Amino acid sequence: MRNSPHRKNRLRSYFSHHLQVSLASLGRLYAQPAATLMTTAVIAIALALPVGLYIALDNVSKLSSDWDGSTQISLFLHTHVKNSDAQKLMNRLQKHRHIKKIDFITKEQGLEQFRETSGFGDALKYLDDNPLPIVLVIHPRIKENQATTTTRLVKELSKNKLVELAQLDVQWVKRLYTLLEIAHRSIWVISTMLAFAVLLIIGNTIRLDIQNRREEIEVSKLIGASDAFIRRPFLYTGLWYGIIGGLLATIVTFITLLLIESPIHRLALLYHSDFHLHGLGFAKTLLLILISCSLGLIGSWIAVSRHLKEIEPC
Amino acid sequence: MIHFDNICKRYPGGHDALNRINLRLPKGQMAFLTGHSGAGKSTLLKLIAMIERPTRGQIFLDGVNLNNISNRKIPYIRRNIGIIFQNHHLLYDRPVFDNVAMPLIIQGYRRQEIHKRVRAALNQVGLLSKEKSEPITLSGGEQQRVGIARAIVHKPLLLLADEPTGNLDPELSLEIMQLFARFNQVGTTVLIASHDLDLIKLIGAPSISLQDGKVAHNGLPFTVSNN
Repeated sequence: MRNSPHRKNRLRSYFSHHLQVSLASLGRLYAQPAATLMTTAVIAIALALPVGLYIALDNVSKLSSDWDGSTQISLFLHTHVKNSDAQKLMNRLQKHRHIKKIDFITKEQGLEQFRETSGFGDALKYLDDNPLPIVLVIHPRIKENQATTTTRLVKELSKNKLVELAQLDVQWVKRLYTLLEIAHRSIWVISTMLAFAVLLIIGNTIRLDIQNRREEIEVSKLIGASDAFIRRPFLYTGLWYGIIGGLLATIVTFITLLLIESPIHRLALLYHSDFHLHGLGFAKTLLLILISCSLGLIGSWIAVSRHLKEIEPC
Repeated sequence: MIHFDNICKRYPGGHDALNRINLRLPKGQMAFLTGHSGAGKSTLLKLIAMIERPTRGQIFLDGVNLNNISNRKIPYIRRNIGIIFQNHHLLYDRPVFDNVAMPLIIQGYRRQEIHKRVRAALNQVGLLSKEKSEPITLSGGEQQRVGIARAIVHKPLLLLADEPTGNLDPELSLEIMQLFARFNQVGTTVLIASHDLDLIKLIGAPSISLQDGKVAHNGLPFTVSNN
Protein backbone atom coordinates (compact mmCIF):
# COMPACT_ATOMS: atom_id res chain seq x y z
CA MET A 1 0.00 0.00 0.00
CA ARG A 2 1.54 3.20 -1.17
CA ASN A 3 0.37 5.76 1.36
CA SER A 4 0.25 3.74 4.53
CA PRO A 5 2.09 4.92 7.60
CA HIS A 6 4.63 2.69 9.34
CA ARG A 7 3.43 -0.48 11.01
CA LYS A 8 4.31 0.47 14.57
CA ASN A 9 2.54 3.78 14.25
CA ARG A 10 -0.35 1.94 12.65
CA LEU A 11 -0.76 -0.32 15.66
CA ARG A 12 -0.57 2.60 18.05
CA SER A 13 -3.07 4.62 16.07
CA TYR A 14 -5.29 1.52 15.90
CA PHE A 15 -5.66 1.48 19.67
CA SER A 16 -6.02 5.21 19.96
CA HIS A 17 -8.65 4.98 17.22
CA HIS A 18 -10.55 2.39 19.26
CA LEU A 19 -10.39 4.62 22.30
CA GLN A 20 -11.57 7.59 20.26
CA VAL A 21 -14.44 5.65 18.70
CA SER A 22 -15.61 4.27 22.05
CA LEU A 23 -15.53 7.72 23.63
CA ALA A 24 -17.26 9.25 20.61
CA SER A 25 -20.01 6.62 20.90
CA LEU A 26 -20.41 7.44 24.58
CA GLY A 27 -20.48 11.13 23.68
CA ARG A 28 -23.31 10.50 21.22
CA LEU A 29 -25.32 8.77 23.94
CA TYR A 30 -24.57 11.65 26.32
CA ALA A 31 -25.74 14.15 23.73
CA GLN A 32 -29.22 12.58 23.77
CA PRO A 33 -29.77 11.99 27.48
CA ALA A 34 -33.53 11.40 27.32
CA ALA A 35 -33.38 8.77 24.57
CA THR A 36 -30.36 7.08 26.15
CA LEU A 37 -31.98 7.01 29.57
CA MET A 38 -35.16 5.47 28.20
CA THR A 39 -33.35 2.73 26.29
CA THR A 40 -31.02 1.88 29.15
CA ALA A 41 -33.91 1.97 31.64
CA VAL A 42 -35.80 -0.60 29.59
CA ILE A 43 -32.68 -2.77 29.48
CA ALA A 44 -32.17 -2.31 33.22
CA ILE A 45 -35.74 -3.34 34.04
CA ALA A 46 -35.53 -6.35 31.76
CA LEU A 47 -32.35 -7.42 33.55
CA ALA A 48 -33.35 -6.49 37.11
CA LEU A 49 -36.53 -8.56 36.97
CA PRO A 50 -34.91 -12.00 36.56
CA VAL A 51 -32.09 -10.93 38.88
CA GLY A 52 -34.63 -10.06 41.59
CA LEU A 53 -36.39 -13.40 41.12
CA TYR A 54 -33.07 -15.17 41.25
CA ILE A 55 -32.12 -13.46 44.52
CA ALA A 56 -35.49 -14.34 46.06
CA LEU A 57 -35.15 -17.97 45.01
CA ASP A 58 -31.54 -18.10 46.15
CA ASN A 59 -32.56 -16.90 49.62
CA VAL A 60 -35.42 -19.37 49.92
CA SER A 61 -33.06 -22.17 48.87
CA LYS A 62 -30.52 -21.11 51.50
CA LEU A 63 -33.25 -20.93 54.13
CA SER A 64 -34.51 -24.42 53.37
CA SER A 65 -31.13 -26.08 52.96
CA ASP A 66 -31.00 -26.62 56.76
CA TRP A 67 -33.71 -29.24 56.38
CA ASP A 68 -31.81 -31.13 53.78
CA GLY A 69 -31.66 -34.91 54.38
CA SER A 70 -33.91 -34.71 57.39
CA THR A 71 -36.56 -37.03 56.06
CA GLN A 72 -37.83 -39.04 58.97
CA ILE A 73 -40.91 -40.96 60.00
CA SER A 74 -42.42 -40.54 63.46
CA LEU A 75 -44.17 -43.66 64.73
CA PHE A 76 -46.63 -42.68 67.44
CA LEU A 77 -47.47 -45.88 69.37
CA HIS A 78 -50.74 -46.40 71.19
CA THR A 79 -50.59 -44.88 74.67
CA HIS A 80 -51.14 -48.29 76.34
CA VAL A 81 -48.05 -49.81 74.73
CA LYS A 82 -45.36 -50.55 77.30
CA ASN A 83 -41.69 -49.74 76.96
CA SER A 84 -40.74 -53.42 76.70
CA ASP A 85 -43.16 -54.07 73.81
CA ALA A 86 -41.97 -50.93 72.07
CA GLN A 87 -38.36 -52.08 72.53
CA LYS A 88 -39.21 -55.43 70.90
CA LEU A 89 -40.85 -53.63 67.97
CA MET A 90 -37.79 -51.45 67.59
CA ASN A 91 -35.43 -54.44 67.57
CA ARG A 92 -37.54 -56.08 64.92
CA LEU A 93 -37.76 -52.96 62.76
CA GLN A 94 -34.04 -52.36 62.95
CA LYS A 95 -33.56 -55.37 60.66
CA HIS A 96 -35.78 -53.79 58.01
CA ARG A 97 -33.77 -53.12 54.88
CA HIS A 98 -35.23 -49.63 54.34
CA ILE A 99 -34.53 -48.46 57.88
CA LYS A 100 -31.17 -46.94 58.71
CA LYS A 101 -31.62 -45.93 62.34
CA ILE A 102 -34.32 -45.67 64.97
CA ASP A 103 -34.47 -43.20 67.86
CA PHE A 104 -36.46 -44.37 70.88
CA ILE A 105 -38.31 -41.59 72.68
CA THR A 106 -39.92 -42.74 75.93
CA LYS A 107 -43.00 -41.08 77.34
CA GLU A 108 -40.81 -39.30 79.89
CA GLN A 109 -38.32 -38.03 77.32
CA GLY A 110 -41.22 -36.85 75.21
CA LEU A 111 -42.66 -34.95 78.12
CA GLU A 112 -39.28 -33.41 78.90
CA GLN A 113 -38.85 -32.26 75.27
CA PHE A 114 -42.34 -30.91 75.22
CA ARG A 115 -41.70 -28.99 78.43
CA GLU A 116 -38.54 -27.44 77.00
CA THR A 117 -39.77 -26.45 73.62
CA SER A 118 -43.45 -25.65 73.94
CA GLY A 119 -43.45 -23.11 76.72
CA PHE A 120 -46.32 -24.91 78.47
CA GLY A 121 -44.00 -26.29 81.14
CA ASP A 122 -45.98 -24.93 84.04
CA ALA A 123 -49.28 -26.24 82.71
CA LEU A 124 -47.88 -29.77 82.57
CA LYS A 125 -47.51 -29.78 86.35
CA TYR A 126 -51.27 -29.97 86.66
CA LEU A 127 -51.55 -33.18 84.67
CA ASP A 128 -52.01 -36.35 86.72
CA ASP A 129 -50.31 -38.70 84.29
CA ASN A 130 -48.26 -38.46 81.13
CA PRO A 131 -50.58 -38.22 78.09
CA LEU A 132 -47.80 -38.66 75.56
CA PRO A 133 -47.21 -41.89 73.65
CA ILE A 134 -43.90 -43.64 73.02
CA VAL A 135 -42.44 -42.40 69.78
CA LEU A 136 -40.07 -44.24 67.47
CA VAL A 137 -38.31 -41.86 65.14
CA ILE A 138 -37.36 -43.80 62.05
CA HIS A 139 -34.59 -42.62 59.70
CA PRO A 140 -35.24 -44.38 56.43
CA ARG A 141 -32.44 -45.71 54.29
CA ILE A 142 -33.33 -43.93 51.07
CA LYS A 143 -31.52 -42.58 48.13
CA GLU A 144 -32.29 -39.08 47.08
CA ASN A 145 -35.76 -38.38 45.75
CA GLN A 146 -36.93 -41.91 46.36
CA ALA A 147 -40.17 -40.62 47.70
CA THR A 148 -42.02 -43.83 46.80
CA THR A 149 -39.84 -45.97 49.08
CA THR A 150 -40.59 -43.68 52.01
CA THR A 151 -44.28 -43.62 51.26
CA ARG A 152 -44.41 -47.41 51.04
CA LEU A 153 -42.50 -47.64 54.30
CA VAL A 154 -44.97 -45.29 56.00
CA LYS A 155 -47.89 -47.38 54.75
CA GLU A 156 -46.26 -50.61 55.92
CA LEU A 157 -45.43 -49.26 59.36
CA SER A 158 -48.87 -47.80 59.94
CA LYS A 159 -50.36 -51.32 59.57
CA ASN A 160 -48.58 -52.50 62.72
CA LYS A 161 -50.96 -53.07 65.62
CA LEU A 162 -48.89 -51.12 68.12
CA VAL A 163 -48.73 -48.06 65.91
CA GLU A 164 -51.40 -45.43 66.18
CA LEU A 165 -49.97 -43.02 63.63
CA ALA A 166 -47.06 -43.08 61.23
CA GLN A 167 -46.22 -39.62 60.06
CA LEU A 168 -43.77 -38.57 57.41
CA ASP A 169 -42.39 -35.35 58.81
CA VAL A 170 -40.77 -33.75 55.91
CA GLN A 171 -43.13 -34.32 53.07
CA TRP A 172 -43.66 -30.59 52.82
CA VAL A 173 -39.92 -30.07 52.51
CA LYS A 174 -39.96 -32.33 49.51
CA ARG A 175 -42.86 -30.41 48.09
CA LEU A 176 -40.98 -27.19 48.71
CA TYR A 177 -37.96 -28.54 46.88
CA THR A 178 -40.09 -29.51 43.94
CA LEU A 179 -41.65 -26.06 43.93
CA LEU A 180 -38.21 -24.50 44.08
CA GLU A 181 -37.14 -26.62 41.16
CA ILE A 182 -40.14 -25.41 39.18
CA ALA A 183 -39.40 -21.81 40.17
CA HIS A 184 -35.78 -22.27 39.20
CA ARG A 185 -36.64 -23.46 35.73
CA SER A 186 -39.25 -20.76 35.29
CA ILE A 187 -36.65 -18.15 36.12
CA TRP A 188 -34.38 -19.59 33.46
CA VAL A 189 -37.18 -19.38 30.91
CA ILE A 190 -38.06 -15.82 31.95
CA SER A 191 -34.40 -14.79 31.90
CA THR A 192 -33.91 -16.21 28.44
CA MET A 193 -36.97 -14.44 27.12
CA LEU A 194 -35.96 -11.14 28.71
CA ALA A 195 -32.43 -11.54 27.36
CA PHE A 196 -33.99 -11.85 23.90
CA ALA A 197 -36.02 -8.73 24.66
CA VAL A 198 -32.81 -6.88 25.53
CA LEU A 199 -31.24 -8.09 22.27
CA LEU A 200 -34.25 -6.80 20.34
CA ILE A 201 -34.25 -3.45 22.15
CA ILE A 202 -30.57 -2.86 21.50
CA GLY A 203 -30.82 -4.20 17.96
CA ASN A 204 -33.69 -1.88 17.15
CA THR A 205 -32.01 1.15 18.73
CA ILE A 206 -28.86 0.48 16.74
CA ARG A 207 -30.93 0.03 13.59
CA LEU A 208 -32.42 3.51 14.05
CA ASP A 209 -28.94 4.84 14.74
CA ILE A 210 -27.69 3.31 11.48
CA GLN A 211 -30.57 4.90 9.58
CA ASN A 212 -29.81 8.30 11.08
CA ARG A 213 -26.18 8.04 10.05
CA ARG A 214 -26.84 6.69 6.57
CA GLU A 215 -25.12 9.62 4.85
CA GLU A 216 -22.00 9.20 6.97
CA ILE A 217 -21.87 5.46 6.25
CA GLU A 218 -22.24 6.06 2.50
CA VAL A 219 -19.47 8.63 2.42
CA SER A 220 -17.22 6.46 4.59
CA LYS A 221 -17.68 3.52 2.22
CA LEU A 222 -16.89 5.72 -0.75
CA ILE A 223 -13.61 6.93 0.67
CA GLY A 224 -12.45 3.43 1.48
CA ALA A 225 -13.64 2.63 4.99
CA SER A 226 -13.53 -1.09 5.70
CA ASP A 227 -16.62 -2.83 7.04
CA ALA A 228 -14.92 -3.19 10.41
CA PHE A 229 -14.31 0.56 10.56
CA ILE A 230 -17.96 1.32 9.83
CA ARG A 231 -19.22 -1.33 12.26
CA ARG A 232 -17.04 -0.14 15.12
CA PRO A 233 -18.95 2.93 16.40
CA PHE A 234 -22.22 0.99 16.38
CA LEU A 235 -20.71 -1.95 18.24
CA TYR A 236 -19.32 0.43 20.84
CA THR A 237 -22.74 2.07 21.15
CA GLY A 238 -24.25 -1.36 21.82
CA LEU A 239 -21.53 -2.10 24.33
CA TRP A 240 -22.22 1.16 26.15
CA TYR A 241 -25.94 0.42 26.24
CA GLY A 242 -25.04 -2.93 27.80
CA ILE A 243 -22.71 -1.42 30.39
CA ILE A 244 -25.07 1.37 31.39
CA GLY A 245 -28.09 -0.98 31.39
CA GLY A 246 -26.19 -3.49 33.54
CA LEU A 247 -25.10 -0.83 36.01
CA LEU A 248 -28.64 0.54 36.23
CA ALA A 249 -29.97 -2.98 36.81
CA THR A 250 -27.45 -3.42 39.63
CA ILE A 251 -28.51 -0.15 41.20
CA VAL A 252 -32.22 -1.02 40.90
CA THR A 253 -31.59 -4.43 42.51
CA PHE A 254 -29.49 -2.89 45.27
CA ILE A 255 -32.13 -0.29 46.12
CA THR A 256 -34.88 -2.94 46.16
CA LEU A 257 -32.87 -5.13 48.52
CA LEU A 258 -32.19 -2.13 50.74
CA LEU A 259 -35.92 -1.38 50.89
CA ILE A 260 -37.02 -4.89 51.88
CA GLU A 261 -34.06 -5.87 54.02
CA SER A 262 -35.24 -4.42 57.34
CA PRO A 263 -38.82 -5.76 57.21
CA ILE A 264 -37.44 -9.19 56.29
CA HIS A 265 -35.05 -9.06 59.21
CA ARG A 266 -37.91 -8.12 61.52
CA LEU A 267 -39.97 -11.01 60.14
CA ALA A 268 -37.03 -13.37 60.73
CA LEU A 269 -36.77 -12.16 64.32
CA LEU A 270 -40.44 -12.97 64.82
CA TYR A 271 -39.60 -16.56 63.79
CA HIS A 272 -36.60 -16.59 66.17
CA SER A 273 -34.32 -16.81 63.17
CA ASP A 274 -31.16 -14.87 62.46
CA PHE A 275 -31.89 -15.07 58.74
CA HIS A 276 -30.28 -12.34 56.66
CA LEU A 277 -31.08 -11.42 53.11
CA HIS A 278 -28.29 -12.41 50.76
CA GLY A 279 -27.64 -9.93 47.96
CA LEU A 280 -26.04 -10.63 44.59
CA GLY A 281 -22.43 -10.49 45.77
CA PHE A 282 -19.48 -9.05 43.90
CA ALA A 283 -18.83 -11.92 41.51
CA LYS A 284 -22.43 -12.24 40.43
CA THR A 285 -22.80 -8.47 40.03
CA LEU A 286 -19.80 -8.59 37.75
CA LEU A 287 -21.38 -11.49 35.89
CA LEU A 288 -24.61 -9.50 35.49
CA ILE A 289 -22.74 -6.57 33.94
CA LEU A 290 -20.73 -8.94 31.78
CA ILE A 291 -23.91 -10.59 30.50
CA SER A 292 -25.42 -7.16 29.90
CA CYS A 293 -22.34 -6.09 27.91
CA SER A 294 -22.46 -9.27 25.84
CA LEU A 295 -26.14 -8.72 25.09
CA GLY A 296 -25.35 -5.15 24.01
CA LEU A 297 -22.55 -6.30 21.77
CA ILE A 298 -24.49 -9.20 20.26
CA GLY A 299 -27.62 -7.07 19.74
CA SER A 300 -25.69 -4.37 17.94
CA TRP A 301 -23.74 -6.96 15.95
CA ILE A 302 -26.98 -8.48 14.68
CA ALA A 303 -28.38 -5.05 13.74
CA VAL A 304 -25.15 -3.93 12.11
CA SER A 305 -24.63 -7.08 10.07
CA ARG A 306 -28.24 -6.97 8.91
CA HIS A 307 -28.50 -3.30 8.01
CA LEU A 308 -25.03 -2.10 6.98
CA LYS A 309 -25.12 -4.23 3.86
CA GLU A 310 -28.25 -2.40 2.73
CA ILE A 311 -26.39 0.88 2.62
CA GLU A 312 -24.24 1.04 -0.47
CA PRO A 313 -23.08 4.21 -2.17
CA CYS A 314 -24.78 4.98 -5.48
CA MET B 1 -3.68 3.68 -15.07
CA ILE B 2 -7.17 2.75 -16.16
CA HIS B 3 -7.80 0.11 -18.80
CA PHE B 4 -11.32 -0.84 -19.91
CA ASP B 5 -11.38 -4.06 -21.86
CA ASN B 6 -14.62 -4.66 -23.74
CA ILE B 7 -16.78 -3.46 -20.84
CA CYS B 8 -20.55 -3.91 -20.85
CA LYS B 9 -22.86 -2.79 -18.10
CA ARG B 10 -26.49 -3.78 -18.13
CA TYR B 11 -28.66 -2.64 -15.27
CA PRO B 12 -31.41 -4.85 -13.91
CA GLY B 13 -34.39 -4.23 -16.16
CA GLY B 14 -32.32 -4.58 -19.31
CA HIS B 15 -31.01 -1.05 -19.83
CA ASP B 16 -27.54 -1.14 -21.39
CA ALA B 17 -25.64 1.72 -19.79
CA LEU B 18 -22.32 0.81 -21.34
CA ASN B 19 -21.72 -1.31 -24.43
CA ARG B 20 -18.30 -2.72 -25.39
CA ILE B 21 -16.15 0.06 -24.02
CA ASN B 22 -12.41 -0.09 -24.67
CA LEU B 23 -10.32 2.64 -23.09
CA ARG B 24 -6.83 3.25 -21.86
CA LEU B 25 -6.06 6.21 -19.62
CA PRO B 26 -2.29 6.46 -19.08
CA LYS B 27 -0.78 7.27 -15.72
CA GLY B 28 -0.53 11.01 -15.05
CA GLN B 29 -3.08 11.83 -17.74
CA MET B 30 -5.92 14.27 -17.31
CA ALA B 31 -9.03 13.65 -19.37
CA PHE B 32 -12.66 14.69 -19.61
CA LEU B 33 -15.58 12.39 -20.06
CA THR B 34 -18.36 14.06 -22.01
CA GLY B 35 -21.73 13.16 -23.36
CA HIS B 36 -25.41 13.82 -22.78
CA SER B 37 -26.94 12.79 -19.53
CA GLY B 38 -27.70 9.10 -19.79
CA ALA B 39 -24.76 8.49 -22.11
CA GLY B 40 -23.02 6.40 -19.44
CA LYS B 41 -20.54 8.87 -17.89
CA SER B 42 -21.58 8.21 -14.30
CA THR B 43 -21.74 4.46 -14.84
CA LEU B 44 -18.20 4.48 -16.18
CA LEU B 45 -16.92 6.32 -13.11
CA LYS B 46 -18.89 4.01 -10.83
CA LEU B 47 -17.25 0.98 -12.42
CA ILE B 48 -13.81 2.41 -11.68
CA ALA B 49 -14.75 3.20 -8.08
CA MET B 50 -16.29 -0.29 -7.80
CA ILE B 51 -19.66 1.15 -6.84
CA GLU B 52 -20.96 -0.99 -9.68
CA ARG B 53 -19.55 -4.16 -11.21
CA PRO B 54 -19.40 -4.66 -15.01
CA THR B 55 -21.74 -7.18 -16.58
CA ARG B 56 -19.01 -8.25 -19.00
CA GLY B 57 -15.39 -7.39 -19.69
CA GLN B 58 -12.47 -6.46 -17.49
CA ILE B 59 -11.25 -3.29 -15.86
CA PHE B 60 -7.63 -2.88 -14.82
CA LEU B 61 -6.76 -0.19 -12.30
CA ASP B 62 -3.03 0.39 -11.96
CA GLY B 63 -2.53 -3.13 -13.30
CA VAL B 64 -5.01 -4.78 -10.94
CA ASN B 65 -7.94 -6.64 -12.49
CA LEU B 66 -10.95 -5.35 -10.58
CA ASN B 67 -12.91 -8.53 -11.34
CA ASN B 68 -10.54 -10.34 -9.00
CA ILE B 69 -11.26 -7.99 -6.10
CA SER B 70 -13.71 -9.40 -3.57
CA ASN B 71 -16.26 -7.09 -1.96
CA ARG B 72 -14.24 -7.21 1.24
CA LYS B 73 -11.20 -5.81 -0.55
CA ILE B 74 -13.06 -2.94 -2.28
CA PRO B 75 -12.20 -0.39 0.47
CA TYR B 76 -8.49 -0.90 -0.17
CA ILE B 77 -8.98 -0.20 -3.89
CA ARG B 78 -10.96 2.94 -3.11
CA ARG B 79 -8.19 4.25 -0.87
CA ASN B 80 -6.12 4.85 -3.99
CA ILE B 81 -8.90 6.92 -5.55
CA GLY B 82 -10.21 10.36 -4.69
CA ILE B 83 -13.85 10.80 -5.65
CA ILE B 84 -15.62 14.15 -6.08
CA PHE B 85 -19.37 14.39 -6.52
CA GLN B 86 -21.66 17.00 -7.92
CA ASN B 87 -23.45 17.34 -4.58
CA HIS B 88 -20.12 17.04 -2.68
CA HIS B 89 -21.51 14.66 0.00
CA LEU B 90 -20.17 16.63 2.95
CA LEU B 91 -21.26 15.65 6.45
CA TYR B 92 -23.00 18.56 8.11
CA ASP B 93 -22.65 17.27 11.65
CA ARG B 94 -18.94 18.10 11.84
CA PRO B 95 -16.66 21.01 10.91
CA VAL B 96 -14.67 21.33 7.69
CA PHE B 97 -11.48 19.96 9.26
CA ASP B 98 -13.18 16.71 10.36
CA ASN B 99 -14.76 16.26 6.93
CA VAL B 100 -11.42 16.54 5.19
CA ALA B 101 -9.70 14.31 7.77
CA MET B 102 -12.04 11.34 7.18
CA PRO B 103 -9.93 9.45 4.61
CA LEU B 104 -6.88 9.75 6.86
CA ILE B 105 -8.75 8.57 9.96
CA ILE B 106 -10.05 5.60 7.98
CA GLN B 107 -6.52 4.69 6.95
CA GLY B 108 -5.22 4.98 10.50
CA TYR B 109 -2.95 7.98 10.25
CA ARG B 110 -1.58 9.52 13.42
CA ARG B 111 -2.99 12.72 14.80
CA GLN B 112 0.00 14.96 13.94
CA GLU B 113 0.14 13.58 10.43
CA ILE B 114 -3.61 14.14 10.01
CA HIS B 115 -3.24 17.76 11.13
CA LYS B 116 -0.39 18.39 8.74
CA ARG B 117 -2.08 16.81 5.73
CA VAL B 118 -5.54 18.28 6.30
CA ARG B 119 -4.11 21.76 6.59
CA ALA B 120 -2.03 21.21 3.48
CA ALA B 121 -5.09 20.00 1.55
CA LEU B 122 -7.21 22.92 2.74
CA ASN B 123 -4.41 25.28 1.81
CA GLN B 124 -4.35 23.87 -1.72
CA VAL B 125 -8.04 24.60 -2.21
CA GLY B 126 -7.68 28.02 -0.51
CA LEU B 127 -9.83 27.26 2.52
CA LEU B 128 -7.28 27.08 5.31
CA SER B 129 -9.06 29.87 7.15
CA LYS B 130 -12.32 27.89 7.17
CA GLU B 131 -11.07 24.72 8.84
CA LYS B 132 -13.22 25.25 11.93
CA SER B 133 -16.34 26.35 10.02
CA GLU B 134 -19.44 24.23 9.72
CA PRO B 135 -19.92 23.15 6.08
CA ILE B 136 -23.48 24.48 6.04
CA THR B 137 -22.17 28.05 6.51
CA LEU B 138 -20.03 27.84 3.35
CA SER B 139 -21.05 28.84 -0.16
CA GLY B 140 -21.63 26.21 -2.87
CA GLY B 141 -18.20 26.75 -4.38
CA GLU B 142 -16.52 26.55 -1.01
CA GLN B 143 -18.35 23.34 -0.15
CA GLN B 144 -17.23 21.83 -3.44
CA ARG B 145 -13.65 22.82 -2.62
CA VAL B 146 -13.95 21.12 0.78
CA GLY B 147 -15.10 18.01 -1.11
CA ILE B 148 -12.02 18.28 -3.32
CA ALA B 149 -9.75 18.71 -0.30
CA ARG B 150 -11.23 15.53 1.16
CA ALA B 151 -10.62 13.71 -2.13
CA ILE B 152 -6.94 14.69 -2.35
CA VAL B 153 -5.92 14.71 1.33
CA HIS B 154 -4.57 11.14 1.19
CA LYS B 155 -2.72 11.84 -2.08
CA PRO B 156 -4.58 9.33 -4.25
CA LEU B 157 -3.17 8.01 -7.52
CA LEU B 158 -6.39 8.78 -9.30
CA LEU B 159 -8.98 11.54 -9.02
CA LEU B 160 -12.50 10.88 -10.31
CA ALA B 161 -14.97 13.74 -10.52
CA ASP B 162 -18.61 13.45 -11.53
CA GLU B 163 -19.96 16.79 -12.75
CA PRO B 164 -17.92 18.68 -10.14
CA THR B 165 -19.05 22.07 -11.46
CA GLY B 166 -22.67 21.17 -12.09
CA ASN B 167 -24.06 23.62 -9.54
CA LEU B 168 -21.52 26.41 -9.90
CA ASP B 169 -21.39 29.62 -11.95
CA PRO B 170 -18.84 29.78 -14.85
CA GLU B 171 -16.21 31.71 -12.93
CA LEU B 172 -16.20 29.31 -9.99
CA SER B 173 -16.32 26.38 -12.38
CA LEU B 174 -13.14 27.50 -14.09
CA GLU B 175 -11.45 27.90 -10.72
CA ILE B 176 -12.37 24.34 -9.77
CA MET B 177 -11.18 22.94 -13.09
CA GLN B 178 -7.89 24.80 -12.78
CA LEU B 179 -7.52 23.23 -9.37
CA PHE B 180 -7.82 19.77 -10.97
CA ALA B 181 -5.28 20.77 -13.60
CA ARG B 182 -2.85 21.72 -10.81
CA PHE B 183 -3.22 18.30 -9.17
CA ASN B 184 -2.61 16.72 -12.54
CA GLN B 185 0.59 18.71 -12.93
CA VAL B 186 2.02 17.03 -9.82
CA GLY B 187 1.34 13.59 -11.25
CA THR B 188 -2.20 12.65 -10.27
CA THR B 189 -4.28 10.94 -12.95
CA VAL B 190 -7.55 12.88 -13.31
CA LEU B 191 -10.79 11.82 -14.99
CA ILE B 192 -13.65 14.33 -14.94
CA ALA B 193 -17.16 13.73 -16.20
CA SER B 194 -18.65 16.99 -17.42
CA HIS B 195 -21.03 18.26 -20.06
CA ASP B 196 -19.63 21.82 -20.00
CA LEU B 197 -17.84 21.76 -23.38
CA ASP B 198 -16.77 25.43 -23.27
CA LEU B 199 -15.06 24.89 -19.98
CA ILE B 200 -13.33 21.75 -21.26
CA LYS B 201 -11.94 23.66 -24.24
CA LEU B 202 -10.61 26.30 -21.85
CA ILE B 203 -8.67 23.72 -19.84
CA GLY B 204 -7.39 22.01 -22.95
CA ALA B 205 -7.23 18.42 -21.73
CA PRO B 206 -8.27 15.59 -24.08
CA SER B 207 -11.82 14.35 -23.85
CA ILE B 208 -13.64 11.08 -24.38
CA SER B 209 -17.15 11.46 -25.64
CA LEU B 210 -19.76 8.86 -24.84
CA GLN B 211 -22.99 8.34 -26.71
CA ASP B 212 -25.62 5.71 -25.86
CA GLY B 213 -23.12 3.71 -23.87
CA LYS B 214 -20.44 3.69 -26.56
CA VAL B 215 -17.31 5.72 -27.16
CA ALA B 216 -18.24 8.21 -29.88
CA HIS B 217 -14.96 10.07 -29.90
CA ASN B 218 -11.69 9.41 -28.11
CA GLY B 219 -9.26 12.33 -27.93
CA LEU B 220 -6.72 10.48 -25.81
CA PRO B 221 -3.22 10.06 -27.23
CA PHE B 222 -1.81 6.56 -27.82
CA THR B 223 -4.98 4.66 -27.07
CA VAL B 224 -6.95 1.99 -28.82
CA SER B 225 -10.54 3.03 -29.15
CA ASN B 226 -13.35 0.60 -29.85
CA ASN B 227 -14.08 -0.34 -33.45
